[in-house]
Amino acid sequence: MSSASFERGYHAFKEQIDSSVAAYFQSCVSCGMCAEACLFYTETNNPEYTPIYKLEPLRKVWEQEYTLWGWLKSSIGLSRKLNDDDLKQWQHYIYDSCTLCGRCSMVCPVGNDIVSMIRKAREGMVAAGHAPEGQIGASKRAVTIGSPMGVKLPALQAQVRHIEKDTGLTIPFDTEGADYMVLLSSMEIMNFPEYLEAIARIMKQAGKTWTLSSQAFEATNSGIQIGSTDIARELVSRVVNAAESLKVKTVISPECGHAYTAIRWEGPNLMGRSFDFKVKHIVEVLDELRAQGLLKTEGFEEQRLTFHDPCQLVRRGGVVQQPRNLMNMISEDFVEMPDAGMMNWCCGGGGGAAAIEEAEELRTQAFMCKKNQLDEVKADALVTACANCRIVMEEGLEAYDMDIPILGLTELLAEHLVEEN
Amino acid sequence: MNYAEFLIWVRGDAFHWSLAIFIFGVTLRLLEIILIGRKANLAEKRGSGVAGGIRTIFTRFMPNQAVLPRVMHTLVAGYVFHIGFFIVLLFFAPHVALFEAAFGFGWPALPNGVIDFATIMAILGLIAVLINRLRNPVQRMLTGFGDWVAWFVTLLPLVTGFMAFHHLVEPYPLMLALHILSVELLLIVFPFTKLMHTFTLFLARYYTGENAGHRGVEI
Amino acid sequence: MSQKTIGASLRSQGISRRGFLKFCAATASMLALPPAVIPQIAHALENAKRQSVIWLSFQECTGCTESLTRSHAPTLENLVFDLLSLDYHHTLQAASGDAAEHARELAMEANKGEYLLIVDGSIPTANKGYSTIAGISNIDMFHEVAKDAKAIVAVGTCAAYGGLPKAEPNPTGAVSVEDLITDKPVINVPGCPPIPMVITGIVAHFLTFNTLPELDSLKRPLSFYGQNIHDRCYRRPFYERAQFAETFDDEGAKKGWCLYKLGCKGPTTYNACATAKWNEGVSFPIEAGHGCIGCSEPDFWDAGSFYKALSVPLSGTAQAAGYAVAAGAAMGVAAGAMNMAKRNSARKTHETVSIDDLEREQS
Repeated sequence: MSSASFERGYHAFKEQIDSSVAAYFQSCVSCGMCAEACLFYTETNNPEYTPIYKLEPLRKVWEQEYTLWGWLKSSIGLSRKLNDDDLKQWQHYIYDSCTLCGRCSMVCPVGNDIVSMIRKAREGMVAAGHAPEGQIGASKRAVTIGSPMGVKLPALQAQVRHIEKDTGLTIPFDTEGADYMVLLSSMEIMNFPEYLEAIARIMKQAGKTWTLSSQAFEATNSGIQIGSTDIARELVSRVVNAAESLKVKTVISPECGHAYTAIRWEGPNLMGRSFDFKVKHIVEVLDELRAQGLLKTEGFEEQRLTFHDPCQLVRRGGVVQQPRNLMNMISEDFVEMPDAGMMNWCCGGGGGAAAIEEAEELRTQAFMCKKNQLDEVKADALVTACANCRIVMEEGLEAYDMDIPILGLTELLAEHLVEEN
Repeated sequence: MNYAEFLIWVRGDAFHWSLAIFIFGVTLRLLEIILIGRKANLAEKRGSGVAGGIRTIFTRFMPNQAVLPRVMHTLVAGYVFHIGFFIVLLFFAPHVALFEAAFGFGWPALPNGVIDFATIMAILGLIAVLINRLRNPVQRMLTGFGDWVAWFVTLLPLVTGFMAFHHLVEPYPLMLALHILSVELLLIVFPFTKLMHTFTLFLARYYTGENAGHRGVEI
Repeated sequence: MSQKTIGASLRSQGISRRGFLKFCAATASMLALPPAVIPQIAHALENAKRQSVIWLSFQECTGCTESLTRSHAPTLENLVFDLLSLDYHHTLQAASGDAAEHARELAMEANKGEYLLIVDGSIPTANKGYSTIAGISNIDMFHEVAKDAKAIVAVGTCAAYGGLPKAEPNPTGAVSVEDLITDKPVINVPGCPPIPMVITGIVAHFLTFNTLPELDSLKRPLSFYGQNIHDRCYRRPFYERAQFAETFDDEGAKKGWCLYKLGCKGPTTYNACATAKWNEGVSFPIEAGHGCIGCSEPDFWDAGSFYKALSVPLSGTAQAAGYAVAAGAAMGVAAGAMNMAKRNSARKTHETVSIDDLEREQS
């Protein structure tokens, strides 16, 4: 049986380095601005959480393997080779203190996409056996059971039966040729079944056909978070196969940030081919239905609402305006937090960080930035479009004794649907 | 060697060699980066990658508003230095004459008073950059030997140029020669330090902007 | 060889005391001395014997002598010859052949250790036969005369720094006076040609104070070579405002703008042209619309084109850049190809990471 090793990790770093990584490292002028964008630095003032510093192992490999000058320096002993202890130390920086939120990439004056390199560096860390235990467990469950939380099809079917009974709506499974194939996250299945009900009602009103797949209902992708292309491909391929066998037109990524990145942007690259179907985030689909007049709501929320942008949706996905259009349909007192939109602060638990038990304290500390944002607007409720953000923020609010309910945008919209006779 | 011979040497052989090392190094390092290659992005595009790449090359000249208050020191020092430096480099009459001879076309120069002011600004900017580097814990941690060298060889031409212009050391041709020599030092060190960002930042911004543009993300 | 004092000699030629004092005042001003020393100069010159001078011309063009004979103010042309007893100068002396050489030998003998040696032209060292006078090679004659000279004045850039003969590739192995003399005071009066009043000034100084004037690092008298042309140029304000003539007949040239871009070497040239001027104070090259060529500086022939700006590197830049691009491209393509191969091979030999590979083997 093979196992992780430093050599495998080093090999993976070599695989991951490309022109962009080389240009980024060559361009960095150590100005430190990326630190000022990173919640782990701003909330702790620990310089070791500077985003570009988290990439020191990858930088070393680039310099020594991909530049003549660096090769020369290391051969005459001017620079030290990467070793396993480095990687052991850097696990904390690359996983515990990075949520792949991508704020650093937005501020770098030379234009380095720093977060893309963290994603690449994780490939090496996984292969070297320096991934966090929590994420290893999640990945194993995702591959063997089908969901990082261990949710199996019967559990989903049980929830579906509940919803069907409560609402009288049908929730279709494995319908060929449907307009939409809806994916879910385990968290929605277990903690927020209202999402699925909301989808059923909205699709009915819009007159769209849709389906779940018994083969692939899980949208989250532990492989993306832990940083393993192979595991990510395995997980994505299940969705792709299901969508193609059902010949659906569009696959809807659920209220989840990284799942969207996994299927929409990394998916085709993982599979090595483009897809016959489209991939959209639920918020994108809802906004399209709104624009087509197929999403009709009535009444407004009386409470003051604010919206938390999931990082992967805005900075890595370009879905910024859509949730605002939808919020305005049902809220007359919609307020934006400072830095909302493109530069919104991360919940602190993205990129798989939420699965790392030993980093919980750090996460709570980093949540201060969200708390500050919320304190600024004094909202009665917080709306978001990512189940992971939702869970992490609920924990954070609890830690700081803040009594603000968190709502999913889709279910909030569904509550205001015009009931048709 | 008297100062006249020294001046001839720095304007001749020394310049040719340092320019050759500069051009050689920059060409080598750029090819080293570009030829590694990248995977094509197979995800269905929502916008133009090329347009995004070009866009980001320009948008990143402006600071990001969200972190502005936190990076004000670094930002102001950086701008003051860069603007001052490029005014001096590109608009001092003798420099314009040099570029004109090199490229076959020139542009109007700025009066010496403006150049003098820009030089002082650039020097003050660099000193502020240094103070930031020494005081800011993040910058101090990130800064390596090569970064200090890069700072120093960038400062030298400004200081020697200023000293030559104001005849702070006589004879003038000696100071002029030292100024040219300091530029040659800069040229030689350039390809082997972070000074390469002068060129590679356009690659970096393009790559980042291309990826974002492909995804329809406006950065 | 005259035994008369300078004063007596002047009076015999009908030069008034007033005229003489005017000359002394001009000399003091040239040498940047205070007015208080004018009587001292007058007294010294009046009572001094005319200084014996032997003038040797080697690899030269006679331009320096031409310049000297065109000296001006105040009646300098005469005064030069009244201050000096020019005992040997093969262009100017009446005697020729053996008689001329005999005059030199006599002067050397009569004023042993006291005579001034003035040299114009550089001295070839590659082959003695390159330049001879009366069958004597330049270098031999130079050493012979220099031996008992009190001081040596190198007139013109060729004598001072090698000048044109020494320009690349220096086929005659030309050297300057300084290159051959280490044990005697040498004073350089460079220029191509030098300003004539400088020679007069130096001799006057020598006779008044019995010393050579203060010199700069290139052994030039500071009173004449203390400031560069650029700093004293009447076109300087145009430089400061970045107003340049781009060609010799454009609007800028007509308006008298700065000639820097047309190759003026004023900034690196130390000489008195901009203040003393030429042709009885009429003009100097820049005033005539041509940039300074830097003729009073060592190796000015090798300091790049007269018509290219000082900031433009010497020729060969394009070639160096061309080679560098080629070498950089070759090496860059090689290194880049290696990088490409390294990445491709790493990707090809990728070992799939399965969930069983996520941890280290427990040992």
